[in-house]
Amino acid sequence: MTTLTLLKVERIKLFSTRSPWWCMGTAVFITVGFASLLAGTIRPRDLQDLTPATTQFSYNFGFLIMMVMAILAITTEYRFGTIRATFLAVPNRVDALLAKTAVVALLAGLVGEAAGVGAWALSRAIRPEAPLALDNAQDYRVVIGVGLVYMVATVVAISIGLLIRHSAGAITALLIWVMVVENLLPAIPRVGETIQKWLPFTVGNNFLYAGQQVGENNNATPSDMPFGAWGSLLYFAVVAAVLLALAVGLAKRRDA
Amino acid sequence: MIEANGLTKRYGRTLAVNDLTFTVQAGRVTGFLGPNGAGKSTTMRMILGLDRPTAGGVRIDGKRYTDLKEPLRHVGALLDAKWVHPNRSARAHLRWLAVSNKLPEKRVDEVLALVGLTDVAGRRAGGYSLGMSQRLGIAGALLGDPGVLLFDEPVNGLDPEGILWIRQFMHRLADEGRTVFVSSHLLSEMALTAQDLVVIGRGRLIAQTSTSAFIDAASGSSVRVRGPELDRLREVITSGGLKADDAPATTEGPAALVVHDATTDDVGELAGRAGLVLHELAAQRGSLEQAFIQMTGGDVEYRTGDPALAPVAGVAGAPVGVPGQPGEALASQRTGAPVAARKADAR
Repeated sequence: MTTLTLLKVERIKLFSTRSPWWCMGTAVFITVGFASLLAGTIRPRDLQDLTPATTQFSYNFGFLIMMVMAILAITTEYRFGTIRATFLAVPNRVDALLAKTAVVALLAGLVGEAAGVGAWALSRAIRPEAPLALDNAQDYRVVIGVGLVYMVATVVAISIGLLIRHSAGAITALLIWVMVVENLLPAIPRVGETIQKWLPFTVGNNFLYAGQQVGENNNATPSDMPFGAWGSLLYFAVVAAVLLALAVGLAKRRDA
Repeated sequence: MIEANGLTKRYGRTLAVNDLTFTVQAGRVTGFLGPNGAGKSTTMRMILGLDRPTAGGVRIDGKRYTDLKEPLRHVGALLDAKWVHPNRSARAHLRWLAVSNKLPEKRVDEVLALVGLTDVAGRRAGGYSLGMSQRLGIAGALLGDPGVLLFDEPVNGLDPEGILWIRQFMHRLADEGRTVFVSSHLLSEMALTAQDLVVIGRGRLIAQTSTSAFIDAASGSSVRVRGPELDRLREVITSGGLKADDAPATTEGPAALVVHDATTDDVGELAGRAGLVLHELAAQRGSLEQAFIQMTGGDVEYRTGDPALAPVAGVAGAPVGVPGQPGEALASQRTGAPVAARKADAR
């Protein structure tokens, strides 16, 4: 069973139901829509703050939606028993699950690119006078790099889905992690700040915003992060890979 | 051919499948019979590599399922007709299955036509009736034209037309030389569908035999005989060394005699020699359900924890000789275990 075959199988599975289309459309629409709302309503005297980095500030919307889609891609298989049909057709569970992860992550990456580039391009069309030109590597990274963060984030999401195997439980766990844990842990006195620097999504965010200012007096990411931009992405990817290995290993041993 | 060897599955403290050893021959429909909760589905899932056996193993044509390359070409299975995404069309469902085992995509249309779903193939599977879902499941099982087929309770919930269709379908598959293994908790259904039986109760093997032998052994042999001179008939039969009981007139027929442990040949010849006219001479069979309960009932009752009610538990266990269970050892010494005795002799 070649890799290409398995990728094709997962592609057919993903696109033969409607919800991925809705998720993808919504992710791009909301992300781009929010950025253009920002560009459209910004006061002329704040115009110099409308940088490429600012246009990407809404990427959280899209990537949360894509993570939910990734979770559903795996938990609905357990919910409807199609995971068993899959394992009957492809007894090598590791290959089957990795193929699914690859397809979903790749798709999320494309959606991330569409949302990131779209948000930047539309902002530029709305405010041609704003400093939105992509002048340096930092600017390119924040606009084009968004897709990579989407990809890694969906790998994390798939792993959570595979570990928990129930849609509601997995989505709740993910939201608590991303929205609560990563925002609340830094509030712990003394150790909070140190912990924050190692939280996966915070570090992933640092890949985009390392050294960038978003708006006035607003550091998009904590100062003195342990890694630079690419190191941050690597750290985020390693966390995702470890989680995935754990989840796939468990799925291999558990009864389907 | 499917060979299970010492197959065991334990969930926590529950032993769902207990040291199961049996073979399923090619070219025949083999029924997998047992009451609800006997471990049939668990066994099937272990055969297909979905569940991991606690001990023992299964081989399909000498290989483990998980070692099969493109398994749909060797084994087709319908374990649950609802294992389809409800928002996916039947054609899309079969398409990804076909692609996964490098089957030509035109095969999808072939199996759809085979099960009569061509007209509704584009509709979402969630809107299918149970009968249609079952057909879709069978289409999926047949996709790779496999030599081995497994069906778990395929007629459950179907209307008579659907049941007949599936029954005929299985015979056709077996006639084509395939191995067909089909589970059911209905002996009456299996009697019509299966040539061989693997009977389990509480996860243990009760019998592996041909269906007719199982029914003969389980239902005993008695003969109902009737004629105008009932009293003389009784004398002739008794003097012939057979035991006859009166069967009073019921709604099903007038008064007659029931001769135990005899064949219609025995009784007919006795009557003929005496020059007696007979109006009725028929072999009597116990109901299949009765036979089934007699064979498996002990295993069900054992679960309720009432040893006084479980004299046939040993009957069930005796032919396979499961050792180390005191209740069975006791029960198998009872004289009231003709079924087990006969089955043991037959081996």
